[in-house]
Amino acid sequence: MKIYKIKYIAIAFLSLLVVSCNNNDDTTDTMIEMSTDFSGTYSQKDQMGRPAVNTVFVSSASKDEFNLTVPSQQSAKFQSMFQTNLKGLSPAFANAGDKNALGLDAATFTGLLATDVLNVSLDGKTTFFDGTNVLTGRALADDVITVELLLIFGGEDFTENAAFSDDHVDANDKTFLTSFPYLANPW
Amino acid sequence: MKKSKILAGTIFLAIIGLITIAADHIDAPASRGTSADISDFYAFQGENTNNLVFVANVQGLLSPTATSTATFDENVLVEFNIDTNNDNVEDLIIQAIPRDGKMYFFGPFPASSTDLNSTVNEMATKNEVAISKYGLGAVISNSNQMKFFAGPRDDPFFFDFAQYSAIIGGTASGFNNPGADTFAGSNVLSIVVEVPKSSIGGSGSINAWIETKVKQ
Repeated sequence: MKIYKIKYIAIAFLSLLVVSCNNNDDTTDTMIEMSTDFSGTYSQKDQMGRPAVNTVFVSSASKDEFNLTVPSQQSAKFQSMFQTNLKGLSPAFANAGDKNALGLDAATFTGLLATDVLNVSLDGKTTFFDGTNVLTGRALADDVITVELLLIFGGEDFTENAAFSDDHVDANDKTFLTSFPYLANPW
Repeated sequence: MKKSKILAGTIFLAIIGLITIAADHIDAPASRGTSADISDFYAFQGENTNNLVFVANVQGLLSPTATSTATFDENVLVEFNIDTNNDNVEDLIIQAIPRDGKMYFFGPFPASSTDLNSTVNEMATKNEVAISKYGLGAVISNSNQMKFFAGPRDDPFFFDFAQYSAIIGGTASGFNNPGADTFAGSNVLSIVVEVPKSSIGGSGSINAWIETKVKQ
């Protein structure tokens, strides 16, 4: 604050000198550029890769810790917790050898999910899951919750636990835009 | 009688539900309900298929009334992290931070620090866009082959979260058909950036995630 004040006074004084010494100079409107202050250290509070991962798979007492663990260390730290919570949540993983429709057993599936990053293809269609492409991005219209419910509850062929594997909300309440910024106007 | 009981139960669960909600909306105690609370993250191919779009949403569950006064926090830095060699460590970063009605963007720049603390990289490519105002059109800026937006949007997330809570709470035996979108009619504050794929690895696959960081 004080330093800025001194700086401005110095600049103002200097410009007066410049003006008085250059009577013929026609650019007397000296612009004092106010620089925007971006200084300081910013410390992590929240993070997210895939939808609903922290919410569903991380136990209550560990949710902050998960948000403060860099992705490269998440699997080592949290995979076993994810596996325990998955088995507690879903009868589709109750028996040894149970898999979901991606062919992933509880250990492999939670190993994938515990590293909370979104895999994104730079080569074509970007979708969470469309029946063909798996984890190639996340588009606005993707029904990510139903996909996750199916992978958690749906068993090997998406037919198990039908009451839990689809929330039957299949689309957003507003139509998305085809052009930037893509998200719909606010309510 | 029965109906009112169910209704009371639903309201109770909806309240409980708000504590453990959704995509990333209010997911953890320290960030919940703060200006640094991430609600969602999206990454998808742009209308121009040579581009990729990143969306970071914060401050979810805004009613229209709340949206009219909602603002980005100048103490909150949002970072888009991009891992181009599949080791889950960021190689490139795009930073977004608001100042005086504008959202400033830095990058993408090579990550030099990968820890939990950051400073704004003022040496990186810098762009800006005026933050769009509620009730007015979306303000977009185009520069350095990128597009930028910041401001209120409809929350693109949809989920019958109330029913999910009822199931988890043991008071419902399954989802309803049709379900009810708990996020219908609510808004978020969005940051949208569209970049050439060539600037973030070109081809193949990347891993991406977002972080919010608060000024100390």
